[in-house]
Amino acid sequence: MNNFSDIFQTMNWDEVKASIYAKTSRDVEHALATEKRTLEDFKAMISPAAAPYLEQMAKISQQLTVRRFGKVLQMYVPLYLSNECKNICTYCGFSYNNKLKRKTLSPMEIMQEVAVIKEMGYEHVLLVTGEDNETVHIDYFKKVLELIRFHFAHISMEVQPLDLQEYEQLTPYGLNTVLVYQETYNERDYKTHHPKGKKSNFRYRLETPDRLGQAGIHKIGLGVLIGLEDWRTDSFFTALHLSYLEKKYWQTKYSLSFPRLRPFSGGLEPKVEMNDRELVQLICAYRIFNEELELSMSTRESETFRNNMIKLGITSISAGSKTNPGGYAVEPDSLKQFEISDERSPEKIAEMIRSQGYEPVWKDWDNSLA
Amino acid sequence: MLKIANKSFSSRLFTGTGKFSSCMLMEEALLASGSELVTVALKRVDVKNNEEDDLISHLKHQHISLLPNTSGVRNAKEAVFAAKLAREALETNWIKLEIHPDPKYLMPDPIETLLATEELAKLGFIVLPYIHADPVLCKRLEDAGTSAVMPLGAPIGSNKGLKTIDFLEIIISQSNVPVIVDAGIGAPSDAAWAMEIGADAVLVNTAIAVSGDPVQMAKAFKMAVEAGRMAFEAKLAAGVTHAVASSPLTSFLYE
Repeated sequence: MNNFSDIFQTMNWDEVKASIYAKTSRDVEHALATEKRTLEDFKAMISPAAAPYLEQMAKISQQLTVRRFGKVLQMYVPLYLSNECKNICTYCGFSYNNKLKRKTLSPMEIMQEVAVIKEMGYEHVLLVTGEDNETVHIDYFKKVLELIRFHFAHISMEVQPLDLQEYEQLTPYGLNTVLVYQETYNERDYKTHHPKGKKSNFRYRLETPDRLGQAGIHKIGLGVLIGLEDWRTDSFFTALHLSYLEKKYWQTKYSLSFPRLRPFSGGLEPKVEMNDRELVQLICAYRIFNEELELSMSTRESETFRNNMIKLGITSISAGSKTNPGGYAVEPDSLKQFEISDERSPEKIAEMIRSQGYEPVWKDWDNSLA
Repeated sequence: MLKIANKSFSSRLFTGTGKFSSCMLMEEALLASGSELVTVALKRVDVKNNEEDDLISHLKHQHISLLPNTSGVRNAKEAVFAAKLAREALETNWIKLEIHPDPKYLMPDPIETLLATEELAKLGFIVLPYIHADPVLCKRLEDAGTSAVMPLGAPIGSNKGLKTIDFLEIIISQSNVPVIVDAGIGAPSDAAWAMEIGADAVLVNTAIAVSGDPVQMAKAFKMAVEAGRMAFEAKLAAGVTHAVASSPLTSFLYE
C-alpha cells in the first residue's frame, strides 16, 4: 500500500453515507458499551441514531479526556502571514475572486506581530497563509521560521500542501506541526467548491498527510470544513484517514479540528447546517473512538459553546485570534479569512478555564527538543 | 531507607506534576504525598527563565528534589540533548529518561533507551529510565550504568494496575539497582501491591492528579506505599494454593 488514495479508491461516498444513516440505537449502545471501538462503532456514534445518547457520550468523553490529558487545556494562537491566494474556494474570504486588497507580511512586520502575540503569553503559534506560490513559497516559509523559531516553543503551520522534499526542508527550521484540512472527502463535489487553482487537485491534497508522515513531521492536523457536505460522511472519512495514518506513521501525533463554516465578506451560506448538539455529538464521538487524539477548537465558535466544550473532550483552544495578516499590530483592517465569534482576550479565556477547574497550559514543547 | 545513587529517600512514593487542574492544587497534593522526588517534563518548563516558571515555583520545598524527564523526545540523540539542557536549566544531573517515539500508547523504545543510558551514564548523569517490564533489558541497563530501573505496570496513564506483575517479580528478584514501578498504577491498592512484591518505590501521577480529590488521594497513596513496604519487610505469609492431602503421598517411604 503506497498511500491513502489506495484505500480511498475502494470506498464509495454514497454507500458510506447510507451505512451511517442505517445505524440503529442497538449499534450505538454496542459502541458505547464496548472497550475496543472500531470504525463501525464510530459510524454509529456519529449517526442520527446516537442523538438520544448525547449525555451519556459526553460523560464518557469527559472521563476519557481527563484520564489521558488531565485537567489542562493547551493554548495556541494563529499568526496570519498572508492573504494572497490564487485559489478560488467558494467558502473562503481569501478566495482569488474576492477582489480586495491583499497583503503578505514582511520580516519586520512579522516581528511586530510576534511581539504582540508574545505579550499575550503565547508559546504555541500557528502560521497561516493562503496559496500563492509566487509570494508565499518554501523560501518565504524558511525565512519566517528562521525569524521566529526561537521566539516560540512550538510552531504549527497551516498553508498550502507542499511536496515531500519541501516538508523535509522545513523540519530542520523548527517546524513541528502541519495542519492540512481536506475540506471535504466528497471527490465529486470537491471540484465545485474548488473550481480554480492548485487546490482543485483533490488527490494531491488527499495524499498530503502521507507526505507529512514520510517527512517525519511531529504532528499532523486533520479536519474537514463542516458545512460543505454531509458532515457525518465527511467525518467518517476523516476517521478512516486518521486510522490509516496512525498505523502507518506510528511516530506521528495527530490532532483534529472541527471548523464550521463562518460568514466572511462576499461569502455564501453553508450548504449543510450542523447545529450545536450535532457538533457536541461529533466531538464526543471522536474522543470515544480515539482516546489519544488532540482535539482543537478555534474562535469560530461562540463564547457559550466554548465555555461548555472545554470539559467535553477538547484539548487545545485558541483565544484573542486575528484572522488577517497584520491583525495584531501592523494592519488591523486587512482582509480577514473569516469573522471570529469569540472575541475574548487570552487572559479572559485563561480565567474562564481556571474557573472551571482546569489549568491553561501555554508551553508544552521546547524548540530545543528536536 | 531507599538509596538511589548518592541520595537517600525516606518516602518511597515518587510523583509527577502533569494533569493537575492548577499548580496550587499540585503543590498541595505533592506536599500531602510526602514525596521527595518529583518528576517534571522539561517541555513544560521555561528553560531559559525557570526562576519565573509557574510550575517550578510551586515545587520549591526543602524536601523535594526535582527529577526532570525527557518526555517528547523520540530517540537517544534527542534524549541526551534534552538531559544536558535539563541539567543546565534545573541544576541537577538526575534525569528520568523517557523515550517514547509512539505518541499513542507512549511505549518506551528499549533500543534508544539503552543507547541513551549508556551515553548519559558516561557523562555523569544519574539515569532513571522508563522502560517495559523487560527483565533482560533491566540487566543490560545495569551494565550500561543506570542508577535505577523504572518498569511500567501498565500503559502510562491507563490506571490499569500491575498488568506486568510476573515480569516485575523477575526484575525485582534479580536487580542490583532500585526498581521503581512507573506507569499504570491506578489505585493505592496497586501501589501497595507493588511495594509488597518488593519494589523499591513507585511513581504515581495520573491516579492522583485526576482523582476527585488529589490531596486526599495523595495521602492515600502515601499510606498505601508505607503499608506495602512494611508488609514486604515483615515478610508476607506464604499463600496456600491447594488443599493438603489427608493421607501423605510420601508416607510409603517411611513404612
